[in-house]
Amino acid sequence: MSEAKHDFALIGRPLPKVDAWAKVTGETRYADDLVLPRMAHAKLLRSPHPHARIRRIDTTRARALPGVFAVITGQDLPPVKFGILPVSQDEEALCRDRVRMVGDAVAAVAAIDEETAEQATELIDVDYEVLPALMSIEDSLAHPEVRIHEYGDGPNVHKVVGLQFGDVEAALAGADLVREDVFFYEGNTHLPMEQHAAVAQWGADGKLTLWSSTQTPHYVHRLLAKILDVPAAHIRVIATPVGGGFGGKLDPFAHEIAACKLSQLTGRPVKITLTREEVFYVHRGRHPVLMWMKTGFTRTGDITGCHLKTWLDGGAYGSYGVASVFYTGVVNPVTYKIPAYRFEGARIFTNKPPCGPKRGHGTPQPRFALECQLDKAAEQLGLDPAEMRRRIVAEPFTKTANHLTITTIGLEECIDKVVDASGWRGKWRGWGGGGTSRERGGLEGTGTAGARKRGIGLACSAYMTGAGTAIYWNSMPHSGVVLRADRSGGVAILCGATDIGQGSDSILAYLPAEILGLLPKDVHVHPADTTLTPVDLGSYSSRVTLMCGMAAIQAAERLKRVIAEAVAQKLGVAPDQLVFRERKVGVPDDWDKALPFATAVELGEARHGVLAFPGSYAPPRRAGKYKGGGVGPSPCYSYSACVVELTVDEDTGEIDLHDVWIAHDVGRALNPLLVEGQVEGSVYMGIGEALMEAQVFRKGLHKQPSMLEYKSPTTLETPEIHTILVETDDPEGPFGAKEAGQGPLLPVIPAIVNAVYDAIGVRIDEIPVAPEKILKGLELKRKGQPPRVGPERIPLFTFKAPIVVESAFGQPADAVARRPFADENER
Amino acid sequence: MMRLPPFTYLAPATVGDAARLMAEHGPAAMLVAGGTDLYPNMKRRQFEPRVLVALGGIRELRGVSGSARDGLRLGPLTTLTAVSRHHEIVRHYPALATAAGLVSSPQLRNVGTIGGNVCVDTRCNYYNQSQPWRKAIGFCMKKDGDICLVAPGSSRCWAVSSSDTAPVLWSLGASARLVGPGGERAIPLSALYRDDGIEYLAKRPDEVLAEILVPPADGWRSVYLKLRRRGSFDFPVLGVAVALRLEGDVVRDARIVLGAVASLPREAGPAAAALVGQRLEPDVIGRVADLAAGPARPLDNTDYAHYYRKKMTRVFVGRALRRLAGLEGDGRPDEEIA
Amino acid sequence: MLSAGEFRDPARRPPKTRLGLTINGEACEVLVPVHKTLLEVLREDLGLTGTKHGCELGECGTCTVLVDGVPVLSCLALPVELPGRAITTVEGMARAGELHPLQEAFAELGAAQCGYCTPGILLTAQALLDEMPSPTRQQIKDALAGNLCRCTGYTKILDAVELAALRSGARR
Repeated sequence: MSEAKHDFALIGRPLPKVDAWAKVTGETRYADDLVLPRMAHAKLLRSPHPHARIRRIDTTRARALPGVFAVITGQDLPPVKFGILPVSQDEEALCRDRVRMVGDAVAAVAAIDEETAEQATELIDVDYEVLPALMSIEDSLAHPEVRIHEYGDGPNVHKVVGLQFGDVEAALAGADLVREDVFFYEGNTHLPMEQHAAVAQWGADGKLTLWSSTQTPHYVHRLLAKILDVPAAHIRVIATPVGGGFGGKLDPFAHEIAACKLSQLTGRPVKITLTREEVFYVHRGRHPVLMWMKTGFTRTGDITGCHLKTWLDGGAYGSYGVASVFYTGVVNPVTYKIPAYRFEGARIFTNKPPCGPKRGHGTPQPRFALECQLDKAAEQLGLDPAEMRRRIVAEPFTKTANHLTITTIGLEECIDKVVDASGWRGKWRGWGGGGTSRERGGLEGTGTAGARKRGIGLACSAYMTGAGTAIYWNSMPHSGVVLRADRSGGVAILCGATDIGQGSDSILAYLPAEILGLLPKDVHVHPADTTLTPVDLGSYSSRVTLMCGMAAIQAAERLKRVIAEAVAQKLGVAPDQLVFRERKVGVPDDWDKALPFATAVELGEARHGVLAFPGSYAPPRRAGKYKGGGVGPSPCYSYSACVVELTVDEDTGEIDLHDVWIAHDVGRALNPLLVEGQVEGSVYMGIGEALMEAQVFRKGLHKQPSMLEYKSPTTLETPEIHTILVETDDPEGPFGAKEAGQGPLLPVIPAIVNAVYDAIGVRIDEIPVAPEKILKGLELKRKGQPPRVGPERIPLFTFKAPIVVESAFGQPADAVARRPFADENER
Repeated sequence: MMRLPPFTYLAPATVGDAARLMAEHGPAAMLVAGGTDLYPNMKRRQFEPRVLVALGGIRELRGVSGSARDGLRLGPLTTLTAVSRHHEIVRHYPALATAAGLVSSPQLRNVGTIGGNVCVDTRCNYYNQSQPWRKAIGFCMKKDGDICLVAPGSSRCWAVSSSDTAPVLWSLGASARLVGPGGERAIPLSALYRDDGIEYLAKRPDEVLAEILVPPADGWRSVYLKLRRRGSFDFPVLGVAVALRLEGDVVRDARIVLGAVASLPREAGPAAAALVGQRLEPDVIGRVADLAAGPARPLDNTDYAHYYRKKMTRVFVGRALRRLAGLEGDGRPDEEIA
Repeated sequence: MLSAGEFRDPARRPPKTRLGLTINGEACEVLVPVHKTLLEVLREDLGLTGTKHGCELGECGTCTVLVDGVPVLSCLALPVELPGRAITTVEGMARAGELHPLQEAFAELGAAQCGYCTPGILLTAQALLDEMPSPTRQQIKDALAGNLCRCTGYTKILDAVELAALRSGARR
């Protein structure tokens, strides 16, 4: 395949997704669309207190309500705690003794219909002893006597990490300019349009099936076995098409577990669908992160070293939090040359819904800090921020200070492309906003034309194409497929991957079709079913296209080889003379004799037996040889550069976005339509986070758990997005592809903030950039004070001495590491 | 799924029948037109009427008649979409068309009515929450409780008037005809509202808003500006309605009415008075904007910080006047300014 | 446990009303309590699960259907008010096996990612094109301002509506 690589039949073409027609006709069946005979409906009773001890739960009245089939509390479940990460087993489906946030589930009801179930939850009497609630990092650190959990790295401290690569102090001492900045990134949530839903059916045979809107059926499968104390072999988890995930459907949740137990007890299928408000409590969204960043620069803009400290407001449970802490530190170095690097991070428990992985998992926050700091440094050094970044882009096929292996980098090209497309050179500082003071006389504040200031800003980013290690330690494939050829001439592919809208089902059709000379329609994709499909770890960390794609390619090549041998024998040619195209197999020079694919399959099956081939993929083993070295490695990294043009209204502080130009190094666009869709969606989500989205709390409660008051941008706030795809043909990816679903979110936020500075000369070091903050900054500027709005302090917190490791900066990448399950002929 | 609580649905054919049914069922009954405000509130159990008296089938409540020269009669069932597109309104009462067209979302305006928007429930972000949420924080006096969570020492409710069209109709000098079981009365729209977050309407529960009467346009020019975070869905967190008549380039009459700064639309009388006899020049505009911002007392119970909403009152009044003066640079997208 | 007799006790369950509705051109009859919204009746009584829900409070546009060609939030509509009105759901957009030009364009341009908001957006766009065959991009944005989408950044949705409008124009 290597020579013919640029002569694709399907790859690179803007094909419709294989599920597109089902989605435009209402045919797609999401979890809440499922109806089974005798199905009961369930509701959860959730805690009204952010922190309380449960003295007693009395379900008598609820059980007595006609139409109620079963009521359960934590006492009805095995006494185990669970969590998505093996190191953070701190959750209960139904809290037994203590609730740690408003929204913690304490009981569940199954009834004849949803109204009756809800009515019954109101009849459950819970006697709470209210405990002090810790609602911020400062609160939690100031009150070690109130313990949210008994485990962790200190009172209310979930996890502390400290890593140092090289002599950062010396690097900073040798710099011409050292900047120290403090930033805050407010928490926000995924807000998938589909509320989580699940249907459980505990059959009479004692086997359990769970249909759920989950991004990770495999992890749910594993954890259900533990939580319900049932052999995993008797549990089947099927991920229904997910109506938006973004990381919000990546943990096992109370509603899934309760539905299973209630089905067992009632002998009926049980459906449970969360309300929108409950989705805000389930959360696992973006961590609020406070950051301190100190970076040294030379006169020409080179970075000498960087020291970053992060404090994450984790909420009430661990979730993916340990990974989140690492991610706030480990990914930044893959973008620019940073010879020495030190990172310290701490995740603090608070009595709020737990944070976790949201699109970009842990990296938008430090990316915002770094890219804004670079913008400030460029100004001080008198450099064009685009030129400065271009100069310091990391070298391809080298290692970073923290031992991550970079393969291809298209970042310079990305920068060039957005600079050209946006007209950056003519616009940056072209409107005279940044830093210049203007006199506006008596008209100020009543709507002068001069109140609207235009600005342009730029930022870059990088992201992983799949985590290099699984959530639980193992040596098995991260993604697997079984590809079966049918005598009809079609093929079926079974893979645990979960389509959350990103198009994984389509990728699973395109790749075998490309290799076997079929059309996507000829490939039947059966995804995300733990009984039938080989494991794919889940739709997270931008891993699916690369990992299931590589597995699909391997399986297709294996199938192709066997068919080719059979056809070669029939036609009396050598197997390597054959090509597969147009649903035929034959020799190009003698195409009239080419056999229909269905005939080829029959020949293959007659010769080989059943044509079913596995494909397996696990990433190259490149974890750094130090504790924590497993977080951050990825087969390859995607790169993005973004320019935003906007107007700031100096009277109202409102921001109008005009255009976003974004160039994304995707390695290869397997389907440019889908890649663009991922880029555009990422930009959109970044805009929401930058300008308006915030998951905030008041008096212990979520302030605005609704679609109306949690502000998600509409068509009217979303600017024109100009997407440019850059291809670098990465040796690690399927046909050279890298990720596209998360990375493009990252530069949008700092690009907006840098554009605001260009427009009005005010630095907003705090997300979201609300109008109130703009006006505050302008007022400071008018008073002659530093025009900067952001956090003033960092927490009183002593990090333990970091693990000190030698910097691997600039070392050549190992010759492409062999992937564990690769065939000999794979590159 | 959020669901409605059960109720009995009554569909009278006349306004008189509707008023009688309301009187008959007393506090258990509520009127409903489009339902776009009531049904979400019912799903959150802010209201739990046992009887709904639906106005949708009453012919006499439909339609727009009259003209800008003689005055307009708005049937309260006229949808907000229809108001925003009605030729005579767009041309002669542009602020009203603008305000109606800025309510929530297109779908909601297709069903939501002008009468419903005039009578829309006051809002507060401690109140417009689900029943479990309100229970968790402690019920407030507007529903099931006895304190105000925004101003805990207060003996009254501070929920915010959140109508877009009410400030405009008030500024245009509109009046309302109310029909009750014992008869009917016409009151200025300004008299329809009370300064109380709970009892925010001076209309008795058994009175039906039967007509909205807008006086002849007669040289009045009008503007409505709305502050909110998004261009769609969001209720106003500040509305500024200005109507004025010029004689040459001198202001002869003026009314300025602020929305979403109190429990009722708030008329900025002194500010309007300061305009009369003046030319719309920058220094006058600045002074009037200062005066108008005076009566705005937003509290921290909507989107955006209350101090910001207060500050924006001045900016928005200034912008509204500049727009009416034909001065350039309003700085807002056209669709928010008529 | 509720006995069947108890469950059918009219004193305990809200009374049901028999309603004749016209949905996607087909007359149908339902027996439902009056407080059940159109959204619930479509999904739970008629099996028309193509209509989705995101908040049930009128705050997201996901449940949009057409009533007499006008986009309406089915979560806030009562079936009791709809006899004699023509209700269109996403299942009714295709005619005799032929997809609506909007459906074709959405599929071809990747305008549906997770697909959950898609039915509501398709119907809102259909009403727009019926009223305004050649809308500008801004007019499309205005028309779709009541439909939230979290996947697409709206870009491909706007593109698809433009494409469908162009094709329909060319066909006329």
